[in-house]
Amino acid sequence: MSKNEASSDAPENIPFMQRVLDSPFLLLFLGVTIPTVFYTLWGVMEIASIPIAK
Amino acid sequence: MTTVDVAAGQAVAGRQAQFRSCPFTGLRVDLAAQKLIIANAVAAVIFLAVGGLFGLLVALTRWPAVHLLPAELFYLVLTGHGANVLLFWIIFFEIAVLYFASAVLLNSRLATPKLGWLAFILMVVGAVMANVAVLQGDSTVMFTSYPPMKAAPHFYLGLILFAVGALVGVGIFFATLVIAKEERTYEGSIPLVTFGALTAAIIAVYTIASGAIILIPTFLWSVGLIGTIDPLMYKVVWWGMGHASQQINVSAHVALWYAIAALTVGAQPLSEKVSRTAFFLYILFLQLASAHHLLVEPGISSEWKIFNTSYAMYLAVLGSMIHGLTVPGSIEAAQRRNGFTKGAFEWLRKAPWGNPAFAGMFLSLVMFGFIGGISGVVLGTEQINLLMHNTLYVPGHFHGTVVAGTTLAFMAATYLVLPLIFQREVAFPRLAKIQPYLFGIGAAGISLFMMGAGTLGIPRRHWDMTLADASMPYEFSAAAFLMMGLNGVFAVLAALGGIIYIVVVVASALGGKKVDASRPAWQFPVTSAAGANVAKYGSHGTVKLPGTIILVGVFFVAFMLYYYVNWKYLSAVWPLR
Ligand code: HEM
Ligand SMILES: [Cu+2]
Repeated sequence: MSKNEASSDAPENIPFMQRVLDSPFLLLFLGVTIPTVFYTLWGVMEIASIPIAK
Repeated sequence: MTTVDVAAGQAVAGRQAQFRSCPFTGLRVDLAAQKLIIANAVAAVIFLAVGGLFGLLVALTRWPAVHLLPAELFYLVLTGHGANVLLFWIIFFEIAVLYFASAVLLNSRLATPKLGWLAFILMVVGAVMANVAVLQGDSTVMFTSYPPMKAAPHFYLGLILFAVGALVGVGIFFATLVIAKEERTYEGSIPLVTFGALTAAIIAVYTIASGAIILIPTFLWSVGLIGTIDPLMYKVVWWGMGHASQQINVSAHVALWYAIAALTVGAQPLSEKVSRTAFFLYILFLQLASAHHLLVEPGISSEWKIFNTSYAMYLAVLGSMIHGLTVPGSIEAAQRRNGFTKGAFEWLRKAPWGNPAFAGMFLSLVMFGFIGGISGVVLGTEQINLLMHNTLYVPGHFHGTVVAGTTLAFMAATYLVLPLIFQREVAFPRLAKIQPYLFGIGAAGISLFMMGAGTLGIPRRHWDMTLADASMPYEFSAAAFLMMGLNGVFAVLAALGGIIYIVVVVASALGGKKVDASRPAWQFPVTSAAGANVAKYGSHGTVKLPGTIILVGVFFVAFMLYYYVNWKYLSAVWPLR
């Protein structure tokens, strides 16, 4: 119990990666941004730049 | 488990929730969450029944000796099959999983059950509306609904309502995480199963956003407010939904593998760090794999295709391989703790194979890896994709993932949800015992035989493999006809397994005996204290797992051989001269 209290009261003791994994909204941001940029936006831009047939 | 803290936090903030205490795990269960879990699970099962029946009709039509339905009905039923099983069955069940993994496992109340009911109603109305549109006959656009094929407006509207409802459900999951943290209903990090559900919820946000971005304009186009929808643009954005939703399934069923392993044999993750990292890889990279559906599309560069399907996606595949090692590994470790220490495989031989939750989970794990996983990597490789793009290999592959993998895992989980949440004993226990095997063998069969038929060139979504009225006739080999016959036989087996599942669930839910925690029909969890592991943070930390290492070795050899065979086949089909 005391160990847990120490860790929840003193965030600086928690390893960086654990803090990342404990932040649902940071994860949400990463999980939405990465596919939006690399898959959706990149894909849509390539299609939008296909020249129109004359 | 219950602390004074919690009750105090409760009184200050929000709704006054009513709880019961679970006799198996010691967890507090919010009764409002429990009702919503039951409603969503019941809806899921109903749509599985409808969609599964459609699947059987499709398979019987593709069985050359039976050729059941006329062409128009075939495509109509195929459309209904895809929507009911892949969207409605799976997503209703996933919403139930999200509520379970947040409120129940975190020992918390559920955020805004009222909105939960609104979400549920939206989803039911949407799903019924889409079904009506399909059955009326002018929305036979298949699951992908690619324009310029146009469905009736209420087909798209139904899907949009369903998606909005699901998004509200996902929002309730996130809100419950926040509440649980504020009211300190758990200590430290969330349990691994909840983390897996969080992964699913995150992917769901991107999935549903993509769906909205593409289906709303398509709806407007179907009512005549927009002139055209660019087919290629549609495909890119649509697969942001169509594929990413499969990754919700993977995350959810992997989370359930861990949950079932904890509840049936008392398994604990081997390493929280490693398993969480694997889910983190999913969050970062899994969704990019959507590009594998567009590998033969002209107009998009190879850089985009290869970045999204190779470099990035293999990191996500790495995540799956990690789970493929750590789930059986944690079962082996738990079983060794339970006393099954002889040789490399006593832990596996003496596993609770008579418990359908365990049996279904383990079959799902093995088949998802060997059938769905290996074929997925092969199919997702740009070059070898050319061998089977748009053949029956594709449905073969994804019946290995979403049927043998996800659906079987959800069925297995149901055998725990019935006693834990419905508080009913599983009815017809003898039938329930054989159900995962029957459904599993059937699902494996349809996957493998469709893959075989696809390798021989049979197209997917085709009513008549004799091509009788085609202007350019072609005759498929006798082996291909045999494959489709075998596919039909295994479809009947899978359907039988599906029917038993539905009968057992309905009978348990409506007429099952109230569970008596002191004498449960199935001895689960095997060790009395183990059930609570499902809601705990903590690693087991064993590394001596000879059985698992052997299994993983077999997997890698199979994987490499099959991958190699396909490159070899490609070089024969398309030699470089
Ligand atoms: C009794 C069990 C099932 C049988 C016999 C079955 C059989 C089939 C067959 C024969 C096809 C048609 C392949 C083609 O002609 O292109 C098909 C398509 C499909 N199945 Fe199943 N299936 C079953 C269960 C499921 C489940 C549980 C899911 C999802 C969770 C699923 C998802 C799909 C999807 C998405 C398609 C593609 C629809 C399309 O091309 O638009 N199936 N199934
Ligand atoms: Cu995909």
